[in-house]
Amino acid sequence: MRRIGIDVGGTNTDAVLIEEGKVVRAVKAPTSEDVTGGILEALAKLGQTGEVASKPVDGVMIGTTHFINAVIQRKHLSKVAALRLGMPAAASLPPFCDWPQDLAEIVRGGVWMVEGGHEYDGRPFMPFDAEGVRKAAREMQAKGLKAVAISSIFSPLDPSHERQAAEIVAAEVPGAVITCSSDLGRIGLLERENAGLLNAALADLARDTIAAFEHAIRDSGIRAALFITQNDGTVAEAAQAAKLPVYSFASGATNSMRGAAYLSGLADAMVADVGGTTTDIGQLRHGFPREANSVVQIGGVRTLFRMPDLYSFGLGGGSHVALGDRNRGTKIGPLSVGYRLMKDGIAFGGQQLTTTDIAVAAGKLDLGDRRRVADFDSATCDRVFAEAKRMVEESVDRMKTEAGSVPLIAVGGGAFLIPDKLEGVSEVIRVAHGDCANAVGAAIAQVSGEVDQIFRDLTRSDAIAQATAIANDRAVAAGADRTTLKTIETEDMPIAYLPGNSLRVRVRVVGDVASG
Amino acid sequence: MQLRDITLDDIESLAVGAWILGTGGGGSSYLGLLNMRALYAEGHRVQLMQPEDLADDDWVAAVSNMGAPLVGQERLTDSRTIARAVALMEEHTGHTFRGIMALEIGGGNSIQPLMAAAHLKRPVIDADMMGRAYPEAQMTSVAVGDLKPYPLTTVDVRGLESVVEKVPTWKWMERVSRKICVEYGSIASTCKAPRSGAEVKRWGIHGTTTKAIKIGTAVRKAQKAHEDPIAAILSVEPGKVLYRGKVVDVERRATEGFLRGRTRFDGSDDWRGATMELDFQNEWIVARLDGQPIAMSPDLICVLDSVSGEAVGTETIRYGQRVTVIALPPPPVFLTERGLHFVGPRAFNYDIDFKSVFQS
Repeated sequence: MRRIGIDVGGTNTDAVLIEEGKVVRAVKAPTSEDVTGGILEALAKLGQTGEVASKPVDGVMIGTTHFINAVIQRKHLSKVAALRLGMPAAASLPPFCDWPQDLAEIVRGGVWMVEGGHEYDGRPFMPFDAEGVRKAAREMQAKGLKAVAISSIFSPLDPSHERQAAEIVAAEVPGAVITCSSDLGRIGLLERENAGLLNAALADLARDTIAAFEHAIRDSGIRAALFITQNDGTVAEAAQAAKLPVYSFASGATNSMRGAAYLSGLADAMVADVGGTTTDIGQLRHGFPREANSVVQIGGVRTLFRMPDLYSFGLGGGSHVALGDRNRGTKIGPLSVGYRLMKDGIAFGGQQLTTTDIAVAAGKLDLGDRRRVADFDSATCDRVFAEAKRMVEESVDRMKTEAGSVPLIAVGGGAFLIPDKLEGVSEVIRVAHGDCANAVGAAIAQVSGEVDQIFRDLTRSDAIAQATAIANDRAVAAGADRTTLKTIETEDMPIAYLPGNSLRVRVRVVGDVASG
Repeated sequence: MQLRDITLDDIESLAVGAWILGTGGGGSSYLGLLNMRALYAEGHRVQLMQPEDLADDDWVAAVSNMGAPLVGQERLTDSRTIARAVALMEEHTGHTFRGIMALEIGGGNSIQPLMAAAHLKRPVIDADMMGRAYPEAQMTSVAVGDLKPYPLTTVDVRGLESVVEKVPTWKWMERVSRKICVEYGSIASTCKAPRSGAEVKRWGIHGTTTKAIKIGTAVRKAQKAHEDPIAAILSVEPGKVLYRGKVVDVERRATEGFLRGRTRFDGSDDWRGATMELDFQNEWIVARLDGQPIAMSPDLICVLDSVSGEAVGTETIRYGQRVTVIALPPPPVFLTERGLHFVGPRAFNYDIDFKSVFQS
């Protein structure tokens, strides 16, 4: 298996070539404004030895922050037609009702609400109003709206009304790009609908960006399938990813954790990814990041997503350091010089004292000019490292889910700030290529399938078995090899105030990318 | 008589404070809050009336939403449905309501009277019947007062409406209303038995809307100023810190439509080495420290996020959360023998004698 993993970060684009499970080559290039320039440069560097082009590559896996940045910066977003099936419920809370005003004004192309939707037990909430949908679709067409987001009450349990509506819209609006909220899973109409609206707003950008990625790969002389990495540490085929760009929102942090698991060979451990400005602490379970099980805000919009549960704090290689005196202790961050480290850091002739300068003074790093930081004696350096240690220990404890010591994998460019001994940590593990763990995580990504549904009047084990079967089918549909599927997460939750034995079950499975 | 204007900022605080008074249950106030933001943006305003200002022969509507929070997450909330339940009760009884009050100040039901009040242009009465959240309809001050449990109106957003004209007991009312609710799809807007001004003055739990706003304001102010929100709550309410620690285990099971279970914590700060166990039945019911019961219903047991000060619910509490457990004093009406019969530990099948955290 030969794969290329690429992680497009805010500052750097990292790329690795993995062959039969080993990192053969790892390179960095500055991220370009248009994203693809950085990718082209990274691929060119990766290919300098001729290794890349000489033998076939099985897949190129790209992780990108491009889509989430578009939402945060309110750029490149399409106007969306929102169609909700669920009248007469919630007429007072129409689509976009809890969006930040500036973003709603950019994205809201029109709102239509018609009868339809289901009950929690599968009965229709109201009969599907095909005529109402057709009328809405004609109005969308008249307004020139092509990006359409369809939502329906309890569609994760029964998506049929959304599907029927999508067919009608597709017939009435030629060239419509349609997002159904049931494809984005999860119970919670408003949050699921919000995810659908964001997805529809990104549809054009996703199609263009992913087409540009494909061009860049082809221009580099590589003939391989393109995959895009997802929030949960798995990949989707380019064509599918282009339809669901919201699933690629948080892939950077996830890829780092997956890469850390792979490079260390550990499936259950804490991971500290120390960048230039912040450190992300997360927990690996069965080789995947533990997920946050709550509402996630994206650019001010409430959504429910598969996102890694991370604790971020202001400790990084570029963090400002304020040396303490009799009255104040030593303080690190949260401000950072970020990508200006090589200009603004004292060791590089600048004025701002950073953690990197302290590491140079202490002889831990060989960067810049050590003479410029000769004033900082070892006692001063020790105090700064002690503060970094305290910050890391507190954050690790915050993210732990059980008592006892666990191993911690330190990755990222600022990993020198993690000491070898930490309270509550059995062992600090450092790995080769730890500074491009994100690109490694992309290169080794698998395919997943997920289900989140209510099961009634089944035993707990039957309900979980049924859920697992659905998740398996979804993973195979997304491109997984059925023989390699493994359940990595099972969660069941009895539901209050529903009759019968109602159990909400969430199951996630993963498998290797099917070849061919 | 004075009516006080409720500002939108008050309602934002009410949502935070009511969630804390929900003692782990009562459901989220988020959708109610969104409805109120929309109503205020359209120019609606709501006023607050003190129960003492009611005439004895005034009529007051008591409202709540009942059903599964999960269904609410899909159907959302339309402010007009609860207003319709009140209007239906007026049509049925011929009363004209002077004001509208909450059945339950804890959680999302704290906002229901405000939504009805905005549409029907009546004041909200500053009182409720629980002073917190409880899982069943007979766990109220008016049941303790042996007031009549009927009639009841229930409304579904699609226009399904029903009236329970008469039923012998509160428990029976609870059973029959839950059956109706299930047939609606496990969610219904309800207007409970109308109460006279005299009854509200004698049996209502007074000042609870103001109390929830005050608690929520304290928390929100502390959050903005990066101060300790728990200390802020204790500066406006005579509560006690019971414990500080981290969630280490959550066990849940659904029985007879209720979410029951137990959460275990490992102590920090002054409680290092001490274990707390909290039993819940939708709401937090009994707290044990190293095996010994130290707090129980009707004392309010509130689990708060140690950093944000916001409430942590029984449905969402999870491993690793840093929490502070506090107790707030219960409404005196529940401390009588009859009160304890309805909401004391034995009402939840615990064979323990009630002892309040606040008894010295």
